Amino acid sequence: MTVVSLTVNGKPVSRDVEDRTLLVYFLREDLNLTGTHIGCDTSQCGACVVHLDGRAVKACTLFAVQANGAHVTTIEGLAKDGALHPVQEAFRDNHGLQCGFCTPGMIMTAVDMIRRVPASELDRARIRHELEGNICRCTGYHNIVSSIEDAAKRINGTGKERAA
Amino acid sequence: MIPYAFTYRRAKSLDDAEAMLAASPDAKLLAGGQTLIPALKMRLANPSELIDIAALEALRFLAVRDRVVVVGAGARHHEVATSPEVRRAIPALAELAGSIGDPAVRQMGTLGGSLANNDPAADYPAAVLALDATIKTNRREIRAGDFFTGMFATALEEREIVTEVRFPVPERAGYAKFANPASRYAMAGVFVAKAGPAVRVAVTGAAPCVFRIPAMEAALAKNFSPDALEDIEVDPGEMNSDLHGSAEYRAHLVGVMARRAVETALR
Repeated sequence: MTVVSLTVNGKPVSRDVEDRTLLVYFLREDLNLTGTHIGCDTSQCGACVVHLDGRAVKACTLFAVQANGAHVTTIEGLAKDGALHPVQEAFRDNHGLQCGFCTPGMIMTAVDMIRRVPASELDRARIRHELEGNICRCTGYHNIVSSIEDAAKRINGTGKERAA
Repeated sequence: MIPYAFTYRRAKSLDDAEAMLAASPDAKLLAGGQTLIPALKMRLANPSELIDIAALEALRFLAVRDRVVVVGAGARHHEVATSPEVRRAIPALAELAGSIGDPAVRQMGTLGGSLANNDPAADYPAAVLALDATIKTNRREIRAGDFFTGMFATALEEREIVTEVRFPVPERAGYAKFANPASRYAMAGVFVAKAGPAVRVAVTGAAPCVFRIPAMEAALAKNFSPDALEDIEVDPGEMNSDLHGSAEYRAHLVGVMARRAVETALR
């Protein structure tokens, strides 16, 4: 067991966990942050994507102890003061989801993508390429791509904060 | 999926990591963990300890010196893929790094981890072997040709830690892979490099370990064009056969990827 202390969605948390506890289980079961989903549990589907010190990572492929001292942001931490993050707004406005299971991971990946990729390069083909680590079993990719394209315009267009 | 129990420790320096390895014979090093952690979850490995070296800044650098690209073992794939220096010196190396896994995997996975693990379908071994790179460890330097010894096997000894890799800048290089659509691992990946009169062709993903194809190298040394490879048959005898593809299919893919790699190198 190791005492893990990290900042999750801006709040300091500290828990005694088994060293083999994956970050995704720590978030879901110790912190009750169930917005981060477990889809494939084999590093392929992206339903568990969270931000570790501002970078998108798969929480099923990372132990909680590795995040000791880090800042983690989950889907629950994107909205600020009751207002949805622009990427969340864009997913809602473009109907970027069907069953919704993959959506938290899609949104966390999208926020990271818009932070990382220059606006001039983020066309629909690039968005699709950047989504290769996120799987939607409803095959609802068309509106997900539209949502991210729209979100990038909102974020880059207004010069607002680029990442959560 | 839950791995076997282990004790996690974070190394403060390379010496610290070496001392921890010496104290615990069944320990394993953890860097990005993008191959090791899935293996642990499948309970394919049962280390007593994981010694985390991901945070060691001394392993995290990129430099181009005297026509050699020097990459720290701790460099993330994303860092290699987006480094303007690497992209200028060996664009194929940056392209390869940018094709590993997916964006989230690339922000965790490291060069040293990929090489030390030597997964049969990892991308980096192809670049290291084709570019005739040198692998530097905490003890010695190992030429690429001597480093990869078999499936998940390398020349690394107990307590030996990869610290950096030196890639000589070639005249031309190209990488092409056919990726598994789910895992993005190479089902066949071919890296072609031309340095002076010598051409090296290294194949990953298709067989238990990265390997070179001398017949293709000789043909390309005479005529560096995709046409030079038209009549070269790839022997399926040594290829992997699994639910993703038969040995014959992989042998065919190697030929196609080799021609595409040459096309890329000529761009």
